Amino acid sequence: MSQKIDQLSVKARNKMYADYVSNISPKSRMWPSMLIAFVVGGAICMVGQGLVLLFGYWFPGYTPDQIGGLAASTLIIIASILTGFGIYDKFGTFAGAGALVPITGFSNGVTAAAMEHRKEGIVFGTCANMFKIAGPVIVFGVAMSMLVGLIYWVISLFV
Amino acid sequence: MAKRGEQDTKKEKGGQTVYFKSRPAIIGSYSIAGEKEGKGPVGKYINNVVNDCLFGEKTHEMSEQKMFEHAISGAIKDAGLKPNQIDMMLSGDLLNQIISSSFAARSFDLMFVGIYGACSTMALSLAMGSVMVDGGFVNNAVVSAGSHFATAERQYRYPLELGNQRPPVSQWTVTGAGSIVLSNKSTAKSPCVTAATFGKVIDWGVLDVNNMGAAMAPAAAATIIAHFRDTGRKPSDYSHIFTGDLGKLGEDILRDLLAEADYTLGTNYSDCGRLIYDEAQNLYQGGSGCGCSAVVLNSFIMKKLRNGEYKRILFVATGALLSPVSSFQGNTVPGIAHAVVIEC
Repeated sequence: MSQKIDQLSVKARNKMYADYVSNISPKSRMWPSMLIAFVVGGAICMVGQGLVLLFGYWFPGYTPDQIGGLAASTLIIIASILTGFGIYDKFGTFAGAGALVPITGFSNGVTAAAMEHRKEGIVFGTCANMFKIAGPVIVFGVAMSMLVGLIYWVISLFV
Repeated sequence: MAKRGEQDTKKEKGGQTVYFKSRPAIIGSYSIAGEKEGKGPVGKYINNVVNDCLFGEKTHEMSEQKMFEHAISGAIKDAGLKPNQIDMMLSGDLLNQIISSSFAARSFDLMFVGIYGACSTMALSLAMGSVMVDGGFVNNAVVSAGSHFATAERQYRYPLELGNQRPPVSQWTVTGAGSIVLSNKSTAKSPCVTAATFGKVIDWGVLDVNNMGAAMAPAAAATIIAHFRDTGRKPSDYSHIFTGDLGKLGEDILRDLLAEADYTLGTNYSDCGRLIYDEAQNLYQGGSGCGCSAVVLNSFIMKKLRNGEYKRILFVATGALLSPVSSFQGNTVPGIAHAVVIEC
């Protein structure tokens, strides 16, 4: 290496190199990505809302909770099927967080992992690896609901 | 050539470079690759382009193995030999426990030396094969390296069908394998391996596992500088200098690093990762993986060596020595580069 770099301590050299690399590396185009994510994510949610209205119209006897569950499962099934046909990954490459954040992204994460590990068998392949990507979502979901429940309970003691 | 060893009985060595006095000859070469590589600029030089990513097998891992088998038997055939005339096979790949190479070796009744140098494996196997041939330990050796996009994705990144976005600094793992037959008997016009510079592991603290080019460029620079220092040569002494899979970004970084050491790389320098895909294929920084340098060496470069267009090249394959465990545990990405001189 050049004398200048040779004379630096490892830490200083790494810092200098990291700055140089971050300067020269191409960056993700944040604003266009965010715009696409906003539009696509919003569109998926609108489809979900449409399903809620549709199911409400078809099944007037159902409670809003049941209707919501039905709409969510429909989106999950659609995303899972699209993943199986190799369409959702292309859609995700285009839409980014717009395809990742809604419940369809969760479905894609589970299905993609399940498919990937199918060759290692049903139990140790598909089932054991199914939540490899989506697992943290479940962990945080459960942990956060416990936390919120706890706060709710503490507040209810005083109100 | 630079300073020669004093005693004739000993092999020549200076610094990190070893010289092969007997000039092990490349008498056979073969490359096999996938559809994307076939559509790239070097596609027309590849011996066998396979459009089915499973290659008729049940899993991608088995498809990678089959590519190795085809590359190795193809190279032996190209050399005009029978498999039983080969003494030793040296091979490596990216998968855990280098299964593609060792499983492919089941099909050949050969002494097998499995090696791991991440994406630098083609240069490492070529250098080690030359050591075996030049040392007089074997007459003919077959060396190979390869990788598969789908198996590498599974091991290092995400399931194939996951809808995630790749960062702009990322590279695309090449699906392909290359193989070379080295011999102590030269045929007319066969290129020869005359020297090899073994690299040191260099770590400049890059943490981004997607930015392999930045992680490997300092290692490439260190090996190239060591090579020039040991041999007393300069970039213009080579018809062309090739690095393995630094990609566009890594290539730019290497030029900068070498410029700081007063070596200017001109138009006679290219990176195989940058060459293998077309800009229009939109694969960000270009190709990576063992297969990247292995395929380009055994297609485009070999063609130009054989038709005499290149007189002497420096082939510097680069590797990022990370594992999924090390990167999740917050370790930096160390790099390595090995250089091989091939002359006509």
